[in-house]
Amino acid sequence: MAKRVGIEVSIAVSEAVKLANVDVVAAYPITPQTHIVEHLAELVADGHLDAEFIPVESEHSAMSTCCGSSAAGARTYTATSSQGQALMLEICYIAPALRLPIVMTVANRSLSGPISIWNDHSDMMMSRDTGWIQTVAENGQEAFDLTLHAFRVAEDSRVLLPVIINLDGFTLTHVIEPIEILDQKEVDRYLPPYQPQMRLDPEDPVSIGPVGMPEVYTEAKKAQDEAIKGSKEVILEAWQEFGDLFGRYYKPVETYRTDGAETLLVTMGSLSETAMTAVDHMRAKGKDVGLVRIRLFRPFPFEEFLAAVEGAKQIAVMDRALCLNGAGGPLAIEVKAALYDEPERPYIWNYVAGLAGRDVTIENFVEMADGVEAAAADGLRGDYTMINVRE
Amino acid sequence: MSRAADDLKDFQRFTPKKLPVEEPLAPGHRACQGCGEVLALRQVMKALGNNVIVVSATGCMEIISSAYPQSAWRVPWLHVAFENAAAVASGVEAAYKAMIRKGRIEDKNTTFLAIAGDGGTADIGIQALSGALERGHNFVYVCLDNEAYMNTGIQRSSSTPYGAGTTTSPPGKKSIGQQTWKKNMPAIAAAHDIPYVATGSPAYYVDLMNKAKKASLVKGPAYLHVFSPCPTGWRCAVEDAVQTGRLVVQTKIFPLYEVIDGKYRLSRKVKKPKPVTEYFKLQRRFRHLTEEDVAFIQERVDREYDRLLELCGIAPEE
Repeated sequence: MAKRVGIEVSIAVSEAVKLANVDVVAAYPITPQTHIVEHLAELVADGHLDAEFIPVESEHSAMSTCCGSSAAGARTYTATSSQGQALMLEICYIAPALRLPIVMTVANRSLSGPISIWNDHSDMMMSRDTGWIQTVAENGQEAFDLTLHAFRVAEDSRVLLPVIINLDGFTLTHVIEPIEILDQKEVDRYLPPYQPQMRLDPEDPVSIGPVGMPEVYTEAKKAQDEAIKGSKEVILEAWQEFGDLFGRYYKPVETYRTDGAETLLVTMGSLSETAMTAVDHMRAKGKDVGLVRIRLFRPFPFEEFLAAVEGAKQIAVMDRALCLNGAGGPLAIEVKAALYDEPERPYIWNYVAGLAGRDVTIENFVEMADGVEAAAADGLRGDYTMINVRE
Repeated sequence: MSRAADDLKDFQRFTPKKLPVEEPLAPGHRACQGCGEVLALRQVMKALGNNVIVVSATGCMEIISSAYPQSAWRVPWLHVAFENAAAVASGVEAAYKAMIRKGRIEDKNTTFLAIAGDGGTADIGIQALSGALERGHNFVYVCLDNEAYMNTGIQRSSSTPYGAGTTTSPPGKKSIGQQTWKKNMPAIAAAHDIPYVATGSPAYYVDLMNKAKKASLVKGPAYLHVFSPCPTGWRCAVEDAVQTGRLVVQTKIFPLYEVIDGKYRLSRKVKKPKPVTEYFKLQRRFRHLTEEDVAFIQERVDREYDRLLELCGIAPEE
């Protein structure tokens, strides 16, 4: 039977990895991911998890080791953050191309420089085009549930792609929350043992990772594109089944009090919970504001997103990263691209906030909702604002 | 970790009359004419047989053997990137360990082999290699050393010998060519206190095959540094590749030795060493060297060989 316990979110993630009965964990320590891998090392040392824990000498080697392990047919996990993910990025592009179902938690943290250990989404945005399926957790329970979901989706023979679970560093990784921890029998019902379609085996030799000459490279990329687009069906199916088994249903895009809302906030990650409180405050004052939270970041849930914002007059998109291309944040750019082909498009203003752990308060979300309404009313050309900047 | 000497107690040597018939690396690959590297790799693969999983770094051997939809590999083969063959092999080995322990697969005593060139080993891959050696994975790492980045067009690496001309160490009025001495990779590997380190050359193919087999028999990491003549990059005649691999040993430039459990053992004592010029004259990468340059190189080659003899407990000959 599942047990509801007060537990640090990082520890809950490690417990999910343990319940997934992984075979190999290869990881390198980086703040704020450390508690996850420390706890996994303990679980292995104490014999609670029968796995090889490989304390590699860098994140580049962590992802490389994961590729070797996954290609050999083992259930494989790692976790990283920020600079660590930047260092492994070369291999992060290769893992999905080799169709290796590795699961990775990213404790989201700002990228250097200046060097900072605090939370934002610049690492998530750096890896947005790597070809990994990416989900974003809002709270500890989601972090636990999405971890099990990740293995289930990654290893599905219709998918065979690696999955990242994004988890806000500190604000989520280091907090203690009441989390329902499923028991082994429950997890086993949801997550079958990994049955590799193809593995490195001298009895049945295969070549993995050959040269892609110009005659085949485009076709290989086309196949990969089809794979990640096609993964959505499995992602939804795996969430549906998770809900049917355990009563918690997840959707790629969640809406909060959007009925009749003329103004919508768009968020990702743990700040969505602050945004919900802000929406409650505004609704209490009679303002028609709602919230759209993106849980599935890759593949981007265009259809669900468009349905969620339908009818809204204006949208304030909050980004926790900067593109440095002069156009604000990456999420807003993506949202604008999603809406471009719609005959009726809402007005959009982009707010870049919460960089490197800078607080984003309820008042800030009110400021965003007010701001986008005022800008729309004034007929300003859509643009972006960095909020909470000390000038 | 068991002692390598114990693991090798019952080792059956290959002899010229008793060579394996297996060819895990098929002949239909795309290597240059006279390639000494693919020759060395073929010998290593013959010695290891078919119960092996190969992890390849990006490089000549990767591109010549794997252009999709063809593959020259009759054994499982994985290529991920350039600098990470040792890390990828760590993962394969660990996966097998876990899956065998958990009863998911049978233990068939499979060999895990990582191969990389000198750039992928001594330069960009040295961190991943050092990490894998330090962690003690049970795998064989073979550096196929053709002394420059040949796949990209003959650029110098830290394994390029002093004085050699490459496209990024061109000899000129102000330069001799490569200005640094070749990095001593086998010594770096041996400094990790791993059970087995050896050097080999395809010109001494029985010796090389025996070393490859021994490397696979010891428990723990084994490092094999294989001299890999490259007629294309060294500007020598294709028919001279094997001769080059022989002369480099006979001139004491690249001595053949093993380091078993930390003990150095000379594989082949060079009784009547030839002058380094014998080796240089077949290769146009050395043709700009002056007599003075050659004398400088000869002196250091002699000194380093004597140092090796000392490590092997052999008195240098006057």
